[in-house]
Amino acid sequence: MAFDVVIVGAGPSGLSAACRLMQQANDAGQELTVCVVEKGSEVGAHILSGAVFEPRALAELFPDWEERGAPLTTPATRDEVYLLKDAEKALRLPNALVPKSMHNTGGDLTSGDSRRYVISAGNLCRWLAEQAEGLGVEIFPGFAAQEAIVEDGVVKGILIGDMGVGADGQPKDGHMPGMELRAKYTLFAEGARGHIGKRLIQEYDLAAGRDPQHYGIGLKELWDVPAEQHEPGLVLHGSGWPLDKSTHGGWFLYHAENHQVVVGLIMDLSYQNPWLSPFDEFQRMKHHPVLAKHLSGGKRVAYGARAITKGGLNCLPKMTFPGGLLIGCDAGTLNFAKIKGLHTAMKSGLVAAEAVFEAINNRDARAKGDEGGQELTAFTEKWEASWAYAELKESASFGPAIHKYGTVGGGAYNVVNQLLGGKLPNVHDTSADHAQLKPAGEFEKIDYPKPDGKLSFDKLSSVFLSNTNHEEDQPCHLRLTDAELPIRDNLPEYAEPAQRYCPAGVYEVVEDDAGQPQFQINFQNCVHCKTCDIKEPAQNITWVAPEGGGGPNYPNM
Amino acid sequence: MKILVAVKRVIDYNVKIRVKADHSDVDLTNVKMAMNPFCEIAVEEAVRLKERGIATEVVAVTIGPKAAQEQLRTALALGADRAIHVETEAPVESLAAAKVLAKVVEAEQPGLMILGKQAIDSDNNQVGQMLAALAGLPQATFASEVIIENGKAQVTREVDGGLQTVELSLPAIVTTDLRLNEPRYAKLPDIMKAKKKPLIVTTPAELGVEITSGVTLLKVEPPAERQAGIKVSSVDELVDKLKNEAKVL
Repeated sequence: MAFDVVIVGAGPSGLSAACRLMQQANDAGQELTVCVVEKGSEVGAHILSGAVFEPRALAELFPDWEERGAPLTTPATRDEVYLLKDAEKALRLPNALVPKSMHNTGGDLTSGDSRRYVISAGNLCRWLAEQAEGLGVEIFPGFAAQEAIVEDGVVKGILIGDMGVGADGQPKDGHMPGMELRAKYTLFAEGARGHIGKRLIQEYDLAAGRDPQHYGIGLKELWDVPAEQHEPGLVLHGSGWPLDKSTHGGWFLYHAENHQVVVGLIMDLSYQNPWLSPFDEFQRMKHHPVLAKHLSGGKRVAYGARAITKGGLNCLPKMTFPGGLLIGCDAGTLNFAKIKGLHTAMKSGLVAAEAVFEAINNRDARAKGDEGGQELTAFTEKWEASWAYAELKESASFGPAIHKYGTVGGGAYNVVNQLLGGKLPNVHDTSADHAQLKPAGEFEKIDYPKPDGKLSFDKLSSVFLSNTNHEEDQPCHLRLTDAELPIRDNLPEYAEPAQRYCPAGVYEVVEDDAGQPQFQINFQNCVHCKTCDIKEPAQNITWVAPEGGGGPNYPNM
Repeated sequence: MKILVAVKRVIDYNVKIRVKADHSDVDLTNVKMAMNPFCEIAVEEAVRLKERGIATEVVAVTIGPKAAQEQLRTALALGADRAIHVETEAPVESLAAAKVLAKVVEAEQPGLMILGKQAIDSDNNQVGQMLAALAGLPQATFASEVIIENGKAQVTREVDGGLQTVELSLPAIVTTDLRLNEPRYAKLPDIMKAKKKPLIVTTPAELGVEITSGVTLLKVEPPAERQAGIKVSSVDELVDKLKNEAKVL
């Protein structure tokens, strides 16, 4: 099938692009066909974010978002930032010592579209999808883009994977062959470490001259809490314990609507100790009194995890190639200084939509029956002139600017430096995350406390709450380049870290009948976070898309 | 022959069920909804009968809120020709659903009506049977095979301990069991076409049915949580615990 524009991924950037494309076409009275494919079983099923939301891009897309019923119901009311010293003690940082970019309340953030909201990114996407469909966009959840169609160096669309192929690779009853979706322009909005985006970055050498991309893993839970301890709009951030000094990261806890609290840990994937388990760090973190007082007496209702692209401007690849664009977290537009990525992802989608529509709709293109496939250099110009790019640029030189403004700023900077994991945004980090892992023998094995079943839980009961399901009889979507490597190299060297970095219990080392260790992949558990594809020390695991509709079924995450 | 298929919007089978904090009902906020799996089997069977040239038209019908049109669109994408939405926000119990469907049967005069044997939300297993009684039609429940020949339906039923084959004169009511067929995946072009297929909206009142409720839901309780187990170090300890703590020996 052929469309004017195909968009891969119904997340904030993809849906924003879809809406903006149709708005322009409708304004110009032009026919335009826009198709969005989404591997989740419904829009929002694979969306996981904090999230405190800055509505700037949304307001550009829909100035009347409030009347349209956008799910921004809980304005941020109060910021609290903590440095956890140990399992018991914490230091509350005065606002003055917290960098302005991390403020979500006060000052000029109290009114209009500069106000911040505690939202569910999943529900935002569901709402955006409704708007998009109302504008005439075709959205297809449950269809996974398998690969890009590239002809003569030009991206011509995507290939949708087969449905109903057995584990042996043979078609089953009800098999539906995949199909080509061709487009003049294809936008890749797969989110962090998109499996097609990754290949395009390699094939078109889009990361040339950039620092290697950096990632974090975000783990998140949704809790129902007793009404009396619920304060809608309360926003907590912190860092320190339980992460050691060489491991960077931070946590969040937000009071959302309907007596719900979200809590999460973001841990940089540049960590060195292979005994670290992000999942277990998150579980024990919730026992700290600063967090526990918000959760105790409550009930956990959802769990999930997702990698985050957080390298910022230094790592942002070239976003254009012939026939398409990389947008949002697929490229890496998140603003780490704000700990926010939704607004910049959406903005990249809006800019993309404008560049694409201009290319399709200009008179020459229309007259010639243009097939598209150009490299949209106009996008780069518009993007680099946008406020989102300015934000990224500003946060790239964040550290030096503070240095320049003297000791008070410098003192604040030190606190910030701890908070952000000791990494000045303008310091170049040229070592890829997977290369940071050190041999297990250099560290002591970490003995994580047993979960208490009230505040902390084991991995399997957590994955259960992600509503994850994959058709069992299908080829494994986690491909090993060298099937022997996990047991031959990783087990002796790193105690096979996949068992611990995977937040869903996909990877296990089990003993076979002869007592020999075997590497087992329980792909049905996979929550599509992409951490294995990023952190595997030899880059031996490649995440490819399973059958459409598989993966987590997140509620309002 | 026209086939009428009933479909129901229910909580998705992948979703872990949660009870509201006040135990008044199952919590449906922010929960993914989908077509009842038994209804999917019903749609598939109807579409297969059409593909074999036995049926000429497949009509899907649902009762429920506006959002239930999503499930009708799914049925249309799977191969139904048109759809009827009986819109109501009220909770619809089995008898009310059967009364509404009886009116639709009266209006549409299908040669065969296929329903799921039960919906996975309330697990009642009542509507097909009630509808058969109200419409005065023969019924075959729990079908694992349906053969239409010479104006009759031969239906194999899954009964306790085996299979039972019955023959019905048409028109008739059939409810589906799990083994009847394996529903297909909707194709992307068919999903696009489904958006343009006819879907009419009516209400119970327009059909002359008042949605009443004969059951009051008092309380919903989640299953008791499993207690954490313990590891014993010896057989003796195990025997001791079974004897003195569990008191089962």
